[in-house]
Amino acid sequence: MAGAAGRLTDSAPPARVLVVACGALAREITALQRAYGWDHLTLVCLPAILHNRPERIPSAVADTIAARRAGHDRVFVAYADCGTGGRLAALCDDLGATMIDAPHCYAFYEGAAAFRDHADEIDAFYLTDFLARQFDAFVWEPLGLDRHPRLRDMYFGHYTKLVYLAQTDDPALTARAADAADRLGLGFERRFTGFGELGDWIARA
Amino acid sequence: MSDESEDDLILADLPDDELVQQMFDDLYDGLKPEIEEAVHILLDRGWAPYDILTKALVGGMTIVGRDFRDGILFVPEVLLAAGAMKGGMAILKPLLAETGAPRVGKMVIGTVKGDIHDIGKNLVSMMMEGAGFEVVDIGINNAVEKYLAALETEKPDILGMSALLTTTMPYMKVVIDTMAAQGIRDEYIVLVGGAPLNEEFGRAIGADAYCRDAAVAVETAKSFMARKHNQMATA
Repeated sequence: MAGAAGRLTDSAPPARVLVVACGALAREITALQRAYGWDHLTLVCLPAILHNRPERIPSAVADTIAARRAGHDRVFVAYADCGTGGRLAALCDDLGATMIDAPHCYAFYEGAAAFRDHADEIDAFYLTDFLARQFDAFVWEPLGLDRHPRLRDMYFGHYTKLVYLAQTDDPALTARAADAADRLGLGFERRFTGFGELGDWIARA
Repeated sequence: MSDESEDDLILADLPDDELVQQMFDDLYDGLKPEIEEAVHILLDRGWAPYDILTKALVGGMTIVGRDFRDGILFVPEVLLAAGAMKGGMAILKPLLAETGAPRVGKMVIGTVKGDIHDIGKNLVSMMMEGAGFEVVDIGINNAVEKYLAALETEKPDILGMSALLTTTMPYMKVVIDTMAAQGIRDEYIVLVGGAPLNEEFGRAIGADAYCRDAAVAVETAKSFMARKHNQMATA
């Protein structure tokens, strides 16, 4: 986070940066912005539910950049690849924007090194604070499990555990994540990550 | 498509054409017991198992697939429909073998190493079987050695690989490159699929085709098989 503090003490005014972010990161980026006084950032969030249709993320990001870019020196896309199969990165290249170099938010919350250590953890279903809070709206209902509970094992039959990557120490959220694990028939593990590398990415934006 | 008034419908009372139409509706609504009952009724009426499969089950699933593609149906509904079709196919499968139904080709299919997702793969397997392909499903989390062993043992026409994750889809190239290094790449039609993939990726890794969904996989596989047969005929 030193980069951000250094930039703010420079005599030249900081560059204006448009941050186009996934709505699932809105709370965390806003908290960082407030904590570090990053007033040079303009934060625009897209609906987090786009994650359920990742093929729609690149066009939504492109439209937002086109609409909001004016008046900014740089554009930072606060998304990881997020299931776009490299299409979001290609778009950012085309538009001269930068983005988070990671496969998804679980990776940058855990940190690249820790995530690599868990590379063989293929039977883990991850939740973040956002997903623990929005489990029903983003997992349970879109998968139809509220209406068709018998589909659960078709989706989750090969998973063995739910790993809650906690950005905050919130017993209520931990209880929600544990309840989600129970409903999915999975073991439960909580790992505190804090904001991981998210702050560094935004500081470099 | 469900209708309250259909609750009292007696399937056995319907003439063939209306029964098949009703099966389309029941597949759409994911009603497995009704599909199983209707399959038995058509068998009792002397229908060939292959005709039940293609005209009723695959016909119904084609509508489901089209509405999924067009955003009218979503994954949960498709899974329920697939479950219903699976119920019908379980009845027909042993009969198809007995009655010598035509076999279009053979496919080995599996999800790549590091990936445990198999919903898409299972849909493709089922639709390929419905289209007359023999399918050998080698499951999830397959290392290249397992693909190669299955090719050696099963001698299929087609290799299908599936991945749901951005982090696992590059493994498809590992498999294709290994096949090329062993000089066997051109002996197989290689089809790839999965949510984060696209046509460009399929080309870049050296697959023969990327298949957007199960219906496209079936059409692509049929098209490649037809070309293969034509080449053999003119050779």
